[in-house]
Amino acid sequence: MTREVLSGNYAQSYAAKLARVQVVSAYPITPQTSIVEKLAEFVDSGKLQAQFVAVESEHSALQVVVSAAGLGARTYTATSSQGLLLMHELLHWASGLRAPIVMGVVNRAVAPPWNIGADHTDTIAQRDTGWVQFYPESNQEVLDTVLEAYRLAELPEVRLPVMVNEDAFYLSHTVEPVDVPPQEAVDRFLPPRDARAVLRPGVASRLGSFTGPDHYVEFRHELSRANDEVLRRIPEVEEEYRRVTDRSHGGALPTYRTEGADAVLVAMGTTCTTARTVVDELRAQGQKVGLAKLRVFRPFPEAELRRLAASVDRIGVVDRSWTFGGSGPAATEVRASIYPSPDRPLIAGFLAGIGGRDVTPGRVRHMFTELLGSTETETRWEDLVPEEVDVDG
Amino acid sequence: MAKLTLPAQELMHRGHAACPGCGPALAMRLLLKGLGPRTILSIPACCWTVIATPFPTTALGVPVIDNPIEATGASISGLRAAADALHMDDVTVVGFAGDGGTADIGLQALSGMLERRTNAVFVMYDNEGYMNTGVQRSGETPRGAWTTTTPIHGEHSGKSEEKKDVMGIVLAHRPTYAATVNPAFPEDFVRKAEKARDARGPRFLHALTPCPPGWKFSSEETIEIGRLATETGLFPLYEVENGVYRITRKAGALKPVDTYVRGQARFRHWKDEEIRVLAEQVRVGWERLLRLERETAPAVGPVPVSPARVAPAST
Repeated sequence: MTREVLSGNYAQSYAAKLARVQVVSAYPITPQTSIVEKLAEFVDSGKLQAQFVAVESEHSALQVVVSAAGLGARTYTATSSQGLLLMHELLHWASGLRAPIVMGVVNRAVAPPWNIGADHTDTIAQRDTGWVQFYPESNQEVLDTVLEAYRLAELPEVRLPVMVNEDAFYLSHTVEPVDVPPQEAVDRFLPPRDARAVLRPGVASRLGSFTGPDHYVEFRHELSRANDEVLRRIPEVEEEYRRVTDRSHGGALPTYRTEGADAVLVAMGTTCTTARTVVDELRAQGQKVGLAKLRVFRPFPEAELRRLAASVDRIGVVDRSWTFGGSGPAATEVRASIYPSPDRPLIAGFLAGIGGRDVTPGRVRHMFTELLGSTETETRWEDLVPEEVDVDG
Repeated sequence: MAKLTLPAQELMHRGHAACPGCGPALAMRLLLKGLGPRTILSIPACCWTVIATPFPTTALGVPVIDNPIEATGASISGLRAAADALHMDDVTVVGFAGDGGTADIGLQALSGMLERRTNAVFVMYDNEGYMNTGVQRSGETPRGAWTTTTPIHGEHSGKSEEKKDVMGIVLAHRPTYAATVNPAFPEDFVRKAEKARDARGPRFLHALTPCPPGWKFSSEETIEIGRLATETGLFPLYEVENGVYRITRKAGALKPVDTYVRGQARFRHWKDEEIRVLAEQVRVGWERLLRLERETAPAVGPVPVSPARVAPAST
């Protein structure tokens, strides 16, 4: 184990290198660039034996790794915002061809107006593409999650592509100490890709093909079952990872001080780090509050949410993206998950931190105050809270 | 006893789903005879998506990956990268796309593949329109041709723009090998496919593939129409190897273009004036090609082209 001071982006690059990826393809976009710059450097210096394909668009970047995965290679790509939107068509191809690609996505706002700050609209808009989505909150978790993602993606019962997302700048360009596991440990955890179900030279076969209604439904059902399998397998993948690194990150919905809580916030990504300090502060003042981190947004951890709902009366969901004409996407999912449960807590929605606006401890404190003191369930645009409310304390 | 002039091995099988007289079906059959069994194909949305037959069957004796219509160039870059990473050294990676998937929506990915010097073959089978979707105009539809989106009505007399010069676009990227092929000339077709297989770096084949329902001729005339395309000089057969042009078929005087035009109902509305304009274009194009062949003859020396390069680490 070596300790390095790494940005979230470099944590992605180091993890891809440790995973011994064989084909990397990417197109530059702020704030993703340093991920692939580092990988290009690893390849150029011979530290990583991989083919690096520099392409003319994100659409092509994803197609390169989809086709490379179709021939059995372990692949990596990374993008952000507009680039991910351009990839949208290929995202469906990746999951439909059951290509176990891992992609780093730096969550950035979508234009117009141009904005490069943190915002989850880019990945949330890919909700229905069949990709697994992780939202880590620290650079260490980014590195660990990329490695876990490969293990999970390549399980024969899963064979799905995975996005490992990081909040723009809060993770992508902020450095912190990161434990980088030794190559031997990673090799024990992540064996070479099991390349069954791929094209083989000399063998008549077709990956993709076309079907009528007679088979299409079955293909889609298999894809759906593979997504369900992800939630069943995350605990064992985390346990295997813990065995070689002594670290794990709590599955799909890790909770913090939710025991006996009156109110719990459900949040994603770096908002969780801030919220945790506020939970400690409020607990110290005698308020019974807690946090649940929505670490995996797809597949959605419904069962974990129902367990949480059984023990708390008020849940506030913090979204960093917005569904126009609808609500906060995470809030919508939480409500839908909990509805069939006999225990239905009050569920309030908060929108905070879009376009790179800071989610300060003061804002999180205000959310807890609202959640504890009101029965309002309509989503509040927390960033627009009037200035007379002390949100920056 | 007559001797076979083409490889006997069939890698495209009976039971495919092409229309009778399909030019693209003939192109695939001849292409695979030249490329051989160590071929991996990437096929975008096009007629061949359907011709290859639905899951769980295939009419092709080689592995195929499907890709979306605009991404064939990227797909073959990915296949090549994986083949190199996995040490599949003897495979030939091939993209097989229609004219829309090559020269319209597929142009960016084609240009990218050529520019990064992917070691693969890109084949455009050119049936001069979006035929799988029911005959709409493409950048490759010739001027004056009827399609469903370029109707013949009052002032309108078919497509008003020229056919895009795809070979010109491709050659501007300096591929190691580029050639025109025509299923009506099978020996020439297979020889060029073999050459494309054995060359390294980015390679390109432009196959003219007549389409009976799209061009409006009878399905038994595919070879005749194809032959006339070349014999009139409209679609000359040539190859460009590292910048050196060579016309591979020069058979005496060119036939008049109306022999080609009059056989297809997509040009039924043409008057003598349209024929005269086309004849002049063909004459200029043919003379230009003869000049390029003279000017690039080996005495001048081939244009040096850098070797195929995908990974900075391995080359």
